[in-house]
Amino acid sequence: MANNVLAFAESRGADLRKVAYEAVTAARALADAAGGEVHVVVAGPPGIAEKAASLGAYGADVVTVVEHAAFADYNPEGVASLVADRARSGGYRAISLVASAQGKDLAPRVAAKVGVPLASDLTTVQLTGDKVVGTHPVNTGKVIATVALTANPAVVSMRPGAVTAAEKPRNARVENAAPVGDPAASRVKVTQTIAGNTAKLDLGDAPIIVSGGRGLKAAENFKLVEDLAAAFGNAAVGATRAVTDDGWRPHSDQIGQTGRQVSPNLYVAVGISGAIQHLAGMRTSKTIVAINKDPEAPIFKVADYGIVGDVLEIVPALTAAVKAAKGH
Amino acid sequence: MKIAVCIKRVPEMDVRFKIAPSGTNVDETGLKWDMSDFDGYAVEAALQITEKLGSGEVVVVSLGPDAAQETLRKALSMGATRAIHLKADPIPFDNFAIAKALAAELQGGGHDLILFGKLSIDSSNGAVGPMTAELLNLPCVAAASKLEVANGKGTARRELEGAAELLEFPLPAVVTIDEGVARPRYPSLKGIMAAKKKPLEVKPAQLGDVRMTVTTMALPPERPPGRILGEGVAAVPELVRLLQTEAKVL
Repeated sequence: MANNVLAFAESRGADLRKVAYEAVTAARALADAAGGEVHVVVAGPPGIAEKAASLGAYGADVVTVVEHAAFADYNPEGVASLVADRARSGGYRAISLVASAQGKDLAPRVAAKVGVPLASDLTTVQLTGDKVVGTHPVNTGKVIATVALTANPAVVSMRPGAVTAAEKPRNARVENAAPVGDPAASRVKVTQTIAGNTAKLDLGDAPIIVSGGRGLKAAENFKLVEDLAAAFGNAAVGATRAVTDDGWRPHSDQIGQTGRQVSPNLYVAVGISGAIQHLAGMRTSKTIVAINKDPEAPIFKVADYGIVGDVLEIVPALTAAVKAAKGH
Repeated sequence: MKIAVCIKRVPEMDVRFKIAPSGTNVDETGLKWDMSDFDGYAVEAALQITEKLGSGEVVVVSLGPDAAQETLRKALSMGATRAIHLKADPIPFDNFAIAKALAAELQGGGHDLILFGKLSIDSSNGAVGPMTAELLNLPCVAAASKLEVANGKGTARRELEGAAELLEFPLPAVVTIDEGVARPRYPSLKGIMAAKKKPLEVKPAQLGDVRMTVTTMALPPERPPGRILGEGVAAVPELVRLLQTEAKVL
């Protein structure tokens, strides 16, 4: 009976990503339930091995590092072949990945190579008897499905941020391995990774999101949203689809049914009426603040705290008050 | 250029869902249905590619119950050439079983490009496209926000967390489409009339074993009703106080 669990630790450039530790934490919980070990695969450019030992702190028993120059950017076919090869040869009970942008490409490939379904974008996962069971938001988060996998191995991808990386130190054995096939021969090639503003927090990582809608009236008024985000200090800026469609903000900032789905600790909706498609992207936020001129706006139905009025007056006042509260 | 687009009929999302008595599905009473959002972008992207080239065929494929034919007709009315309905009722939750059925249909079809939406807005797995690519042993880009094809080659862009990547791949290939590639057109009256006469082939879906199921569906906990603290700038101090003392986020 296979009791070990394989995790894939995602990297970008020569660094492991935060979600790598989340994948290992999820794997550790499954392996503890099964009474097995956690084996981790890391693929990256030469130098990534130095980062690999850190995975032991999160419960990895064995870390297999595959260094190759062709892994400097994400290498879809090379990495999928590698993880699937490990998955097949190790006789694992489960394979743990993360439903990040890269993981959404990688996880289905790995599952298909192994010949099993993928329980995708799970918010919880556990081993229950002979099944791996997880919860997965469906219908834009309005319904929560509990999904059971009877396939062996059970391949799962966890929603980024759904698992809190938890330290569970092991003396991880780090070993080097060769790629499967020639990674440079991958048919799909990343020709360029365009770094965003590295000072900018990603919407998925930010504990606070300040988001703007049409109620801001003009693109240049987004400065008020940015200023409020800057006052919080640990905030990212989001936008509604109306705003990204109008080109006030890039499409990558869009929160909603067809954009990003986020659940920060605090979501501040500025001049957002709260169309159902927008709510689909942020309704699971812990605390929601809405500032809107229309007291009947649907956003106030989901907002914990609302202020009715002109965003162009209220937001600068809030920015000043937040600065004062934070002592700067 | 021969393009296949795999599409799914899904409920419209602007409703309050109820759970069916079975406890494993939503109550479908009164739901309105349409093509999944991202599948609409994929159909539009395929049409724009063939229109730009001035020739080609767009085949739309949908796996599902008989009503999936309404969704296929919509794609035909947008301008797709012909349709294939793979009958499966209900649609299993097992994405690998679905990918196998689609791959069995698409295998040997001579498609230069096979497009999917990046995910179905209902089941939200985003797995069937890349899985089908693996089964067909084709190169694949998942969640492309830009796509261009020319001279047997494709280029795409994919949005990452705080970054983006540009990709290059040979055709034939599978690409799943994110928002940003193309905004779907509305079917014209002429298109709707023409769609009625376009070929729609019906076949059973070759699903095989189902090894992933939904055991329960439930509604997420309701948010407590919100409060409006007040009007205008005067309400700001109270908001800041609550963010500090009650929400503890400041």
